[in-house]
Amino acid sequence: MTALLEVKGLVKHFVARRSLFGRALAHVKAVDGVSFTLEPGKTLALVGESGCGKSTVSRLVLRLIEPDAGTVRFDGRDLLSLDPDALRKFRREAQIIFQDPYASLNPRMTVGQILTEPLALHDLVPTAHRRERVAELLRLVGLEPRLARRYPHEFSGGQRQRIAIARALAVEPKLIICDEPVSALDVSIRSQILNLLRELQDRLGLAYIFVSHDLAVVKHIADRVAVMNLGQIVEEADAGELFAEPRHPYSRALLSAIPLPQPHARRAKIVLQGETPSALNPPAGCRFHTRCPFVIDRCRAEAPALVADEAGHATACHRVSELPPADTILPTAGGFTPELAKLVAAFSRKTEGASLAGVGIQSARPTTT
Amino acid sequence: MSASPLIEIKDLRIRFHGDDGRITHAVDSVDLSVANGATLGLVGESGCGKSVTSLAIMGLLPKQTTEISGTIRFEGFDLLKSSDQTLRDLRGNRLAMIFQEPMTSLNPSFTIGDQIIETILRHRGGSRRSARDRAIELLRRVHIPSPERRIDEYPHKLSGGMRQRVMIAMALACDPQLLIADEPTTALDVTLQAQILELMRELKAASGAAIILITHDLGVVAEVCDEVAVMYAGEIVERAPVDELFSAPQHPYTVGLLGSIPRLDHRAEQLATIEGMVPNMAQPPAGCRFAARCPFVLDACTIAPPPLLELSPGHLSRCIRAPLERLVS
Repeated sequence: MTALLEVKGLVKHFVARRSLFGRALAHVKAVDGVSFTLEPGKTLALVGESGCGKSTVSRLVLRLIEPDAGTVRFDGRDLLSLDPDALRKFRREAQIIFQDPYASLNPRMTVGQILTEPLALHDLVPTAHRRERVAELLRLVGLEPRLARRYPHEFSGGQRQRIAIARALAVEPKLIICDEPVSALDVSIRSQILNLLRELQDRLGLAYIFVSHDLAVVKHIADRVAVMNLGQIVEEADAGELFAEPRHPYSRALLSAIPLPQPHARRAKIVLQGETPSALNPPAGCRFHTRCPFVIDRCRAEAPALVADEAGHATACHRVSELPPADTILPTAGGFTPELAKLVAAFSRKTEGASLAGVGIQSARPTTT
Repeated sequence: MSASPLIEIKDLRIRFHGDDGRITHAVDSVDLSVANGATLGLVGESGCGKSVTSLAIMGLLPKQTTEISGTIRFEGFDLLKSSDQTLRDLRGNRLAMIFQEPMTSLNPSFTIGDQIIETILRHRGGSRRSARDRAIELLRRVHIPSPERRIDEYPHKLSGGMRQRVMIAMALACDPQLLIADEPTTALDVTLQAQILELMRELKAASGAAIILITHDLGVVAEVCDEVAVMYAGEIVERAPVDELFSAPQHPYTVGLLGSIPRLDHRAEQLATIEGMVPNMAQPPAGCRFAARCPFVLDACTIAPPPLLELSPGHLSRCIRAPLERLVS
């Protein structure tokens, strides 16, 4: 299959400090040599902790910021050589949704206006049919068309994220970048949005780049996962493979650090000591070596390359072949007891009938906490 | 729980009076108790009343606009009837609290040392020199590297994880009997969260303090709590020992929550969702507050509020359909 998106050797350094005369004195190496590909209709997750460069990568891919080096090919075109006109056309094909849906919706525009704007901007739907298209978009994300007259502040967080998704879908993109789309939402709302994103992908054949720090969410939604640390990908593999057999010591530490909703789960805990080094001054050699429990001298001197095995599982670690097996990081058993599984299934079965469009709107939201 | 719990909350009700005359029922008939050395998890989604409950314990709710009734017994005091002076003596001393965002709870214009020392001098007295030594000792206990040097730094020089450690050090300054932690790791990366959770476990083992941990993260609950209270729309809907809550929840809301989280240890094709919205707490529904979103609802649920009943020792549910196993067998 030909790739929808091909990213090669992407580099972005931000100037952190300038001299009196404007000469750059220090750089934040936000993204330092990132490459990956994404196939149509698939989801690639970029995971890592704050400051690892995952959000910067997503903005580079959309050319919202300009890279210092590297290439981005979308559907065979070189994005970095596009003139402003062609770039505008490209914006129709790739969209982004953000963590805070409220900050990304204009509070002075009604939902109808918000959804009409991209249609008008790209001249997609004749004026007479725009209202119809807005209704269709709202239904697509599980909101009632009558809500088009309301303003963003009248909606809950989950509903606002649905509106942001509807706006992204308005231009019929091939790729949507989801930057922490559920991190600000309560757990029960989170599952609604995740289910919606999956459903839309199946129906519309969308590709996603899913940027997240939450590995449980990533496991649920991604086909392929790239783990980033300090501006570089340290491991990339199919999701099933990565969660079953994480190889890089950093991936393992991340996975083992996530608290499981399973009291007394039997698992190996790797608690990393020390602070994350700054991207302003990343360690020499392997950028994880200051926190790595398996560090040897070579790691301090020589940066490991991201090397893929024949199955396409790539790891950037000198000691990848010598590391102990990772089988105790996630318990294989556990999850739900049979009774609980039945109860959850009954809970879901019953609520499925209730149509999403029935989601009402609350004018007065509780003001506690 | 043992005969005399460290803190016992009975029939706590909190109403907020809005500017427009609207009265919000923030917390209703909450009963809770925590024994010495135990960790209680208080879980629920935004607006469920979990943080308001903890602020009531600390006496930090605005007096003018809040109506509180019930009792909160702690070490022989009823905190709701205690004078401001008594509360000030208890806070930071016998009772301590840490918040989600350490940067907003630390004063940016004083060094972290000044802030810890102030707490010690306020409650323990003694010389500034001995208070400073104790502050350094506390920073060492929360694993801050080179505390002798760090003590003179300002909060903005520290990373998020470090600031949360400073907050914990400050909370521990006077060996509190009860520590309330409101989403202490929510703003942190997972590897830092793991460090802070381990630190909390370590400190609890060393000091024997009781902890009330407020969180929306069921993973954190499973990892550090002994007992859990689930709140929904201002009420406790379920209370259980941690193992039972995760293996045999007895309230439909808890079932929905457990089904809706993506898990690393379980693969679900479709996540459960809880449809609908939290009721408007200016006019709470007459019957069960979860009824409108509950797939197992009966007519009886919407008529009268269900009582919180004990199903097995220590396991309580506010659902007339419990035990829920009956629904699927």
